[in-house]
Amino acid sequence: MSYSGLLLQLFQDALVVLIAPLLLGWVNQCRAWLQNRSGAGVLQPYRNLVKLFHKDAVLANNASPLFRFTPYILFSGMWLAAALVPVIATDLPLSPAVDVIALVGIFALARVFISLAAMDIGTAFGTLGARREMLVGFLAEPALLMVFFTASAISQSTSLVTIVETLAHRQFVLYPSLAFAAVAFVMVMLAENARIPVDNPATHLELTMIHEAMILEYSARHLALVEWASAIKLLAYITIGIALFAPWGIAEASNLEALPLALAALFLKLAVAGASLALLETLSAKLRIFRVPEYLGTAFLLAVLAMLVHFLLGA
Amino acid sequence: MAFSQQLINLFAALLLLIAFAMLSQRRILSLINLFAMQGLMLTTSTAIVAWSSHQHHLYYSAALTLIIKVIALPWLLHRLIRKLNVKWDVEPMINIPSTMLIGLALVVFSFNLALPISQLAGTITRSTLGIAMASVLLSFMMMITRRKAVPQVIGFLAMENGLFFAATSSTYGMPMVVELGIALDVLVGSFIFGIFFFQIRETFDSLDTRHMEKLKED
Amino acid sequence: MEILLILGIPLLGGLLLALFGCRKWAPELNAAMSFGTFLASLWLTARIIAHGPITAYQEQFFIDPFNVFLVTITAFVALTTALFSSPYMHNEAAHGKLSPNRLRLYHSMYQMFTFTMLLALTTNNMGILWVAMEAATLTTVLLVSLYRTPASLEAAWKYFILCGVGIAQALFGTILLYFAAEKVLGAGGNALLWTHLDAVKTQLEPTVLSLAFVFLLVGYGTKTGLAPLHNWLPDAHAEGPTPISAVLSGLLLNVALYAVVRSKVLVDGALGTHFAGNLMMGFGLLSLVVAAFSLSRQKDIKRLFAYSSIEHMGIITFAFGMGGSVATFAALLHMTMHSLTKSAIFFAVGHAAQKSGTQMMESIRGLIKTNPTIGWGLALGTLAILGMPPFGVFASEFMIITTAMHEHAWATPFILIALGVAFAAIFSKVQTMVFGETELPRLPHPPALVPVFAHLALVLLLGLYIPPYLANWYRQAAALIG
Repeated sequence: MSYSGLLLQLFQDALVVLIAPLLLGWVNQCRAWLQNRSGAGVLQPYRNLVKLFHKDAVLANNASPLFRFTPYILFSGMWLAAALVPVIATDLPLSPAVDVIALVGIFALARVFISLAAMDIGTAFGTLGARREMLVGFLAEPALLMVFFTASAISQSTSLVTIVETLAHRQFVLYPSLAFAAVAFVMVMLAENARIPVDNPATHLELTMIHEAMILEYSARHLALVEWASAIKLLAYITIGIALFAPWGIAEASNLEALPLALAALFLKLAVAGASLALLETLSAKLRIFRVPEYLGTAFLLAVLAMLVHFLLGA
Repeated sequence: MAFSQQLINLFAALLLLIAFAMLSQRRILSLINLFAMQGLMLTTSTAIVAWSSHQHHLYYSAALTLIIKVIALPWLLHRLIRKLNVKWDVEPMINIPSTMLIGLALVVFSFNLALPISQLAGTITRSTLGIAMASVLLSFMMMITRRKAVPQVIGFLAMENGLFFAATSSTYGMPMVVELGIALDVLVGSFIFGIFFFQIRETFDSLDTRHMEKLKED
Repeated sequence: MEILLILGIPLLGGLLLALFGCRKWAPELNAAMSFGTFLASLWLTARIIAHGPITAYQEQFFIDPFNVFLVTITAFVALTTALFSSPYMHNEAAHGKLSPNRLRLYHSMYQMFTFTMLLALTTNNMGILWVAMEAATLTTVLLVSLYRTPASLEAAWKYFILCGVGIAQALFGTILLYFAAEKVLGAGGNALLWTHLDAVKTQLEPTVLSLAFVFLLVGYGTKTGLAPLHNWLPDAHAEGPTPISAVLSGLLLNVALYAVVRSKVLVDGALGTHFAGNLMMGFGLLSLVVAAFSLSRQKDIKRLFAYSSIEHMGIITFAFGMGGSVATFAALLHMTMHSLTKSAIFFAVGHAAQKSGTQMMESIRGLIKTNPTIGWGLALGTLAILGMPPFGVFASEFMIITTAMHEHAWATPFILIALGVAFAAIFSKVQTMVFGETELPRLPHPPALVPVFAHLALVLLLGLYIPPYLANWYRQAAALIG
């Protein structure tokens, strides 16, 4: 393990934690612009976090230790996931651990804990949210796995690093399978990150909310950590998407000279991805909860088709 | 892989995607538009095959497809449903997620079937035969699972599209005489469909084929 | 030249009748056109017998003893049906069941239908064969719904959709065939010419051809009325006008089977195994059994005989599937017998139904008293189709069963049981219709049933004695199919 590699790993870990709220702020700002509002500025999520950290935490009387631990588990889980994804360089000390199936496992772990915590207090909303979250997760996970399998089938490896290296090095080739997989991935990402059309992060309307329903009981630093964790989760998903479908410009083998370029490319890609996400959310309407299975079924179908098309066309 | 082959593969994949979209579609109007889009994909891919393989007669087939399947038939169907005042929604007999799952199984089946043949094909488009077969089977399923007359007909025409794609992808198209004959048959067939719509509606006051279940075995 | 006439006369007839089909003399014009076609086919037959197989017009047409024999039957049955149809249609028009416009459609489409079938038979191009088969569906589909009753519309829709789906499978089979042929013969129109394919059949890729044959068999088999996809057939026969039932049953099914047999020859050559034959035997046997056991449940007389057509098509397919000179000879003979007998039965049934105003068998009683000619026609026709000696059907069925006993003993019980069940079902129903008690008065004028008795006489004749040149002709055809 080289010294610079370790340094680079630490740099990436710090980077993902710090820019995650910025990405969220950017998405919200873009949305505001698209809706002809002036918006709260890209730094608003930081201000929210600071405000929440300064408050006193209030816990329900019957809250178990699980309820208190969950925000930390969530935060560290998401941090780990985001740190694993090769965003600026491929050869990092944690690289051997970066397996796409492990990533899916980490997300699933976080989901289990937040659902348990939501049910822990015993309020109706928490349970309702947990139930819906499990429904979405149950349907989204196979689709996500199929997307990963398609990418793995192309590069003959489930290691994200190998996938990125293979895909970044190829000549320009049209992969219909990757195109299908990308669409499926975007659909899963929207569902998993509680975005429109599956959930609306900006509302507390009890009939429709999923994610917000689960975290209603949290306050102060706990809430801050949960919010921060979901910002990191969004970042993690977007960086996975970039790694799979647009890995160009990444620095390889801890090559420090390529680092500034890689960093610039990353920020550019994140900005574009955030703006597209905002556009997508503005253009679509929220689905009824009963239609969500159909939506995620479509994502699964696309992912499976991607796989099949890959095997048939060899592309 | 040559770039033209990649393009053809892409269009083949899109063709399959449209076949699935048709299978899941609930509205007749979107169904017709999807059908027109499928025709457009077919035209483009045929033209690309013609360009990359220097098979000039394929240009004529592409033009024929464009005129009949992208312009004439969708226009005719639009007119028909406006004239007949058809209800907009299509009621599938099996719910859509299950239809999709069956569809996936069909795709796997046809890919398996096509694999040995594809390996024999010398054309640049050989790997698309499985997709052609899959879209034929998917349209076939659409015909079975829809109750209304119009979607059944669209399924029939989509099946023809799949067959046409099979012909271009595995063999650079059938001989011209045959292709003209097929086009004529499709055209006449569609006119007869049109006549049928009017007759059925006149008699049953609806285009739902559920009314037509009298001739069952006792 | 003869081919031009054979195809040109019905085409011209179709166009002329599209213009004048509503006139009073249209049925006679229809018959005259069919007569012309028949004469041309006789001319062609004479030439083939004298000179052997020919190809014409840059090999686009190919006539050998196998298809010339079908051309003759087709032209002959088309003629007699046209003769039968002219008083029948006059009668329908007089009863106000058909408007002049629909008569025009009927007559024009009748000729076009003859044209498509003859085209399918004479063409050398497997692609054109498909086009003609599809066109045959298209021309008859509007005829099935000619009466515009709900039931007839339903039947026509079913016919259209099922045959459309079926024929699409056949197109896929044809594409696969071309795909295999193109490797050997090179791209272009010649790669689908049957004569060229036949010459190189041993070099065709076996896997592709076996897959192609499955699709072709399912596709054309749908039009033949083979078992799992036979649902359209009884409906279309029962609801269409009787002359159309007669030609559908007597001719269209044959032509579809012809397409299957032509493909089988190629596939057998490529595979060198009995794969195609086994498939055909399986489908044939299944159709035979399914149809035989459906017979007893029928209430409509035309449906009854439609199922009987499925049954016989099953037997013929089975016989072609067995292969070998004797079985193929028997299959060809049975094809002839079935065409003649079944169309005769439909003529008689048409008159019976027209006279009693219903197709329900329980309402048709005592035909022998009210109208002896129809009664005898139906009774004799039924006996013939059930395979009673001395009619020709007996001879062909006997040959098929003895061959089956010899070569595929396992199949014999199925055939015998199915035939027995069919016999019991049809005979008991027809017996009450013909000899049952009735209060209805005797009809004053016996209808002209010349076609019925002409057909039956031929069937009887062929049952007693097959003229040597005819036997020779069948033998040549059987040798071609192998």
